[in-house]
Amino acid sequence: MKPHNLKKLTFYLFLILLAGIYLVPMYMAFITSLKEPSEINLLTSWSFPSKLNFKSYSSAFLLLKTDVFNSLILAFSATILSSFIGSINGYVFSKNKFRGSEIIFTLLLFGMFIPYQIILIPLFQVLKAIGLYGSLGGLVVAHVIYGIPIVTLLFRNFYDQIPGSIMESGRLDGAGYFGLYSRLILPLSIPGFVVVGIWQFTQIWNEFLWGITLTKPSSNPITVGLSQLAGGQAVSWNIPMAGAFLAALPVLLIYIFLGKYFIKGLLSGSVKE
Amino acid sequence: MTATISRIQKRNTLISVLIILPSVILIGIFIYGFIGNTLYTSLTDWGKSAGLALNPEKHFIGLGNYKDLFTGFIHSRFRQDIINTVFYSLFLLAGTLILGLFLAILLDRSVKYEGVFRTIFLYPMSLSFIVTGTIWRWLLSPNGGINLIPTAFGLPKSNFLWISSRASILNFNWQNLPTILFIPLGLLTLFLAVSNIRKKRKGRGIIYGLLTLYFLLYITVLKDIFPPILPFKEKHGLNLATLGIIMAGIWQYSGYTMALYLAGLRGLSESMKEAARLDGANEFQYYWKIAIPNVKPITLSAVIILAHISLKLFDLIYALAGADNINTGHPAINMYLTTFRANQFASGAAMAVILFILAALFIIPYMVHSHRERKY
Repeated sequence: MKPHNLKKLTFYLFLILLAGIYLVPMYMAFITSLKEPSEINLLTSWSFPSKLNFKSYSSAFLLLKTDVFNSLILAFSATILSSFIGSINGYVFSKNKFRGSEIIFTLLLFGMFIPYQIILIPLFQVLKAIGLYGSLGGLVVAHVIYGIPIVTLLFRNFYDQIPGSIMESGRLDGAGYFGLYSRLILPLSIPGFVVVGIWQFTQIWNEFLWGITLTKPSSNPITVGLSQLAGGQAVSWNIPMAGAFLAALPVLLIYIFLGKYFIKGLLSGSVKE
Repeated sequence: MTATISRIQKRNTLISVLIILPSVILIGIFIYGFIGNTLYTSLTDWGKSAGLALNPEKHFIGLGNYKDLFTGFIHSRFRQDIINTVFYSLFLLAGTLILGLFLAILLDRSVKYEGVFRTIFLYPMSLSFIVTGTIWRWLLSPNGGINLIPTAFGLPKSNFLWISSRASILNFNWQNLPTILFIPLGLLTLFLAVSNIRKKRKGRGIIYGLLTLYFLLYITVLKDIFPPILPFKEKHGLNLATLGIIMAGIWQYSGYTMALYLAGLRGLSESMKEAARLDGANEFQYYWKIAIPNVKPITLSAVIILAHISLKLFDLIYALAGADNINTGHPAINMYLTTFRANQFASGAAMAVILFILAALFIIPYMVHSHRERKY
């Protein structure tokens, strides 16, 4: 073998080794979820199950059913609501700047970076006072309001890429403020909606702090359900591992099939395009 | 003509303001108003015995809650939580930045199946901390998972207690905290004083010089004159139980820094690489001397975002180690327990404020910086 090829081979072997290490947690969760409870033993935790047991998945789903549906309703409704708010806000901050709009934008963005503990106590009290504490509605409200900064930022960055000349020609055709938005901007916004939708959906699906502090068991989201599944003392580990897969499934599917948009959301706001 | 244009412009501005007004009001109340509210709550006693009431009679007590957190006997856990946060942040930052950059450099050449590798390194990022925590809890159990790896090489299995270890290293007495902080701070101000005076900026040089002098004075004399910051000795250090959390965190977020760096490295022009090669720079020199300095803005945003994430480790610690695990504590966990389990809202609010100040140290300079960049 030529030295050049040998070098290449080592490089790829190293890369594959690294990739293997990154996959270990998934592998462990997967094989454990497929084991019979009696076969789960710490000493053999790395070995493949002798007999595949898919029942863990149906048991985990049965235990998490309400939580999964709660999270689906929560994530879809809050995502749709906040995407439209983001789109119209982004339109203003990108294409209709006025004196002071930049400083307002910056002040809005600040809300994106705070640790939510600082607003948790008044949020808890306000939701209690207006009767939304413990319900899914309260969580939707929280996610929509605290989502405003990020969705506004994402849409503004997206609309900044639409050239001003398009707006100008629309204006010459006699389109007004909302005409420009509905006839020019909205039709061009579909990729923006995909990025924002994916971003919000995964964030809301994965959220935990509000789930555990602001809901009652009947309106728990999936993250809370999963944490309780694994939290018990004498757990048989196939169930929480199957539950972890169920909780990860929607976001993993989004990531695998729509990864391009997921990464776009991830990078915007941190890397200048 | 110009009159109509300006009238249209005025009308448009009015519409713009009306559109964003609801968002501005909501953010005004739910962010700024609530921050103010929590700040106020932290300065009260929250009705003491009537703590469970929805609207208790609050009494203003000044900084009492903060004083309790830093000097009170029962809040020793909170002080360790602060120390833990420092280590969580440092290790998470160092680990994800170094590993992420390394992975990005590996992939920043025409790698076959690059997409597959990128996907594998980045997928943990899409998971929730709860999923990660649940899986790693299994991986880090004392008698299985990670601890069994040495047996694959014929070695005895490791006995390290990843989550429940009570051992800690780098221990120090909390009473010595000012001295420990003032030594590096003093060296920093000394350096700044000398460099400012060299650059003929006398005013600043003198201020830094005076600060250095104060630190020196404190370390040598004042620390024995002032009353100790804590009336009793208290040991704190790096809890080894936090290492498992840090490992899981690095696993989850190194792909993210890889994606950031990869985008940055790809953004560097091909001609830059070409020029370096023509100058006889090898690959290592190219990355060390040219590429890494050029992706500095990315390092900056990564530091901000990761520092921010390390303040939000609540979910991961909760799922991986449990909220009651004292060895892996974090102010966010403590705030949750204090507020929602013990119903001590005022004390919880004070913890939230401290967490917020820690975050603001990173965020506000970053926001000001990016605001200026947007403007010009």
